[in-house]
Amino acid sequence: MSQTITIDPVTRLEGHGKITIQLNAQGEVQDAHFHVTQVRGFERFSEGRPFYEMPSLMARICGICPVSHLIASAKACEAIMSVRIPHTAAQLRRMLNLAQMVQSHALSFFYLSSPDLLLGMDADPKVRHIFGVVEARPELGRAGVALRRFGQHIIELLGDKRIHPGWVIPGGVTEPLTPAKRDEILGMIPEAYANIKLALSWYKQIADSFKPEVEVFANFPSLFLGLINEDESVEFTDGALRLISATGNILADGITAQEFTQVIGEAVEPYSYTKFAYYKPLGYPDGSYRVGPLARLNIAKSMGTPLADAELVEFKQLASGPVQGSFYYHHARLIDILYGIEKIEQILSDPLILDKHVRATAGVNRLEGAGQAEAPRGTLMHNYKVDENGKITWANLVIATGQNNNAMNRGVLQAARHYIKDGKFSEGILNRVEAVVRTFDPCLSCSTHALGQMPLHLSLVSADGKVIDQAIR
Amino acid sequence: MSENVEVKTLVIDGHEVSARRGQTILEVARENNIDIPTLCHLDGLSDVGACRMCLVEIAGNNKLLPACVATVSEGMQVTTSSERLQKHRRTILELLFAERNHVCSVCVANGHCELQSLAQDQGLTHVRLPYRNPDLHVDASHERFTLDHNRCILCTRCVRVCAEIEGAHVWDVMGRGINSMVITDLHEDWGSSSCTRCGKCVQVCPTGALFDKSKIGTSHPKYPDFLPYLNLMREAQ
Repeated sequence: MSQTITIDPVTRLEGHGKITIQLNAQGEVQDAHFHVTQVRGFERFSEGRPFYEMPSLMARICGICPVSHLIASAKACEAIMSVRIPHTAAQLRRMLNLAQMVQSHALSFFYLSSPDLLLGMDADPKVRHIFGVVEARPELGRAGVALRRFGQHIIELLGDKRIHPGWVIPGGVTEPLTPAKRDEILGMIPEAYANIKLALSWYKQIADSFKPEVEVFANFPSLFLGLINEDESVEFTDGALRLISATGNILADGITAQEFTQVIGEAVEPYSYTKFAYYKPLGYPDGSYRVGPLARLNIAKSMGTPLADAELVEFKQLASGPVQGSFYYHHARLIDILYGIEKIEQILSDPLILDKHVRATAGVNRLEGAGQAEAPRGTLMHNYKVDENGKITWANLVIATGQNNNAMNRGVLQAARHYIKDGKFSEGILNRVEAVVRTFDPCLSCSTHALGQMPLHLSLVSADGKVIDQAIR
Repeated sequence: MSENVEVKTLVIDGHEVSARRGQTILEVARENNIDIPTLCHLDGLSDVGACRMCLVEIAGNNKLLPACVATVSEGMQVTTSSERLQKHRRTILELLFAERNHVCSVCVANGHCELQSLAQDQGLTHVRLPYRNPDLHVDASHERFTLDHNRCILCTRCVRVCAEIEGAHVWDVMGRGINSMVITDLHEDWGSSSCTRCGKCVQVCPTGALFDKSKIGTSHPKYPDFLPYLNLMREAQ
C-alpha cells in the first residue's frame, strides 16, 4: 500500500509551507512536493493606488527583506517617471540593500540553519535551534546575533526604522547621509569582519562532514540567474541580469528589468500558491533556474572586493563549472556577507557619499515600468502599469522564491528518494528533507505575497490518498 | 478694553476664568491653557462643529456641547474632561477609523496626521466596530496634488479654507450622511476643476486625504499655522 508523508509546517523557514512525500506500494518515494499554502493578493489591492505609494505598500509584503521590495519597487516607479537617480542616492540605496542582505543572511545561516550544521541533522529537535547553538558554541551564536544587528542597525541609521524604513522613494531617498551616521557605521565594521571570518572558518571545518548531504540536497545541473555589473562582478542593486547554463555558458546577458518579462515566464502548479518562473526560450520546466547566493557566485567572475574575491576563488574550486549542490548556498551566503561588509566600507569612502542631492523628481512619463534588484534570496522583479494620472492599473511581482520553486521541489524529491527506503523514515530524515528547502532560504510570505502564519508541515500519503504520517509543527 | 465689551466669568475644570461675550468655550479654554481635543476646528477658519471631538459638559445641561461653537455665558460651569467625555471621544475616533480605509503604515501622512495623533492622545488601542472597507477611489488628476477619499474624515477644512481664505470655493460636499464626499466644482476631476493651485486645502487637511505629489515618501508634515497670520494681515489692509 502506498502512503504520503506530510511535513506541516516546515520549520525554520520564513513563511508557511508544507512538504508532502508520496510513497508507492513498495514504500519507495513516488513523488514529493513543496507546497506554499497561502495567498495574499498584493498585486490586486495595489490597483487604484498612486504609483509613488508602491514602495512602502509593497515593502509590507515581508519584514525580512522589505528593503529589496522598496528598491525594486522604487526602480519600477523610476522607470515610469523616466528618471535616473543621483549617484549618491544610488550608492546609499546600494548600502541599504547590502545591510539588509547581511542581516537576512545572518538570520538564515545562524538562526535557521546553523542548528542543523552545528548540532547535527539528527539532533533532538528540542535543542536544535538557535539557543542550542548559543549553548554549544556561544561565540558562534554571538557572531550571528551581532551580524544581524550590524545589518539592522545600518538600516535603522539610514532609514530611521529597522523594518519597513520609509527612506527609499521613487527618485532616490528622502534624506542624505550625515557624517555622524557614516562614522557610526564605519565604527561597526571591524567587529563585523571578525564575526564573518569566524563563521567562514567554522563552516569550512564542518563542511566536509556534510558530504552525504551535499550529494543529495538539490544537487543537479540547472540554469542560474543573477544581477551582474559590466565588469562581471557581483551586483545587488543595479546592473543587469545574466542567465547561464548548467555548464556555465551564457544563455542571455544584459537582461534589463524591462526585458525581464519577455524572457521569463511564470507557470502555475495546482499544489502551490507560489508560481514557477522559467526561461521562456527553453519552456517550463526545462527553463527552470536557480537564483540567490549560489547563482550569484556561479555567474560572477569576481566579487569586486579583495577579501570576498579570495573566498570566491576557493568557492569556484568546489566544481569545474557552476557549483550545483544547493548545500553550498550556505557557503555562498557567508561569502555574500563578507562582500556586503567590504562593499559597505567601500561605499562609505565614496567622496560624494555625503552629497545633499539625493532625489530626482518627475511625474508620469511612461505608462509601464519595471525594476529589479537582488534580494538576499535571489532576483526580485516588480512590474507596474499606470494610467495617465499615475494610478496603478496592473502589477506583477516575480519573487526569488518563485524562481527557486522548481529547484526546491526537485531537491525535496531528490532527498526524499535518497533517504526514505521501504517506507521507513525517522525525524532526522524528515529534518534533512526540510533542510533542503532551508538551503534556499525561501521567503514564503514574499513568494505568495500572502498573509497569515508562518510554520511548515510534512505529510506521507499512501497510494490510495491516505495520510499515513505527518510532522506538524 | 472698550465699553461695549461685556465680560463673562465662568468656571472651566474648576478654574475661574473670564471671557468676552461671544467667545466660544474652546477659545476661552485655550487662552487659559486648558486643552480640549479638536479635529475639524482650525484657527483661522470658521467653525462648523462637525467632528464632535470638542464636546464638553455644562453643569445643569444634559446635552454635551461642542466647545468650538458653544459660546460662553455668565456663571457657566464647564467640564472638559470626564470619563463620559473620554468614552464619547474614543467612540467618535473609532467610528472615523471604521468608516473608511485608514491604513497608517502606508499612508503619506503617517507621523504627521492629526487623526493618528488624536487616537494616540486619547489612548485608542483598537477599534471595536467592524471596518466598512468601502471601495473608494483616488483622484490623482491634479498636476500637483492628490485626493484620497479613503483617508478623508469629512472635517470640511478644505471646503472652508477654499471658500473663506482663498475665495475660490472649489471644494464642497456632496451626498448625505455616510455617503458624503468632498468634491471639486460640480463633482469634476480635481485636475480639470477651477482649482487655483494655491495648496491651502492640502496644508489644512488633517489626514493624508489631500497631499502634495512632490512630498512622496513617508514624511509629509503640513503647515496650517499660516491661516491666522493671513487673516490678520488681510484685516490690517
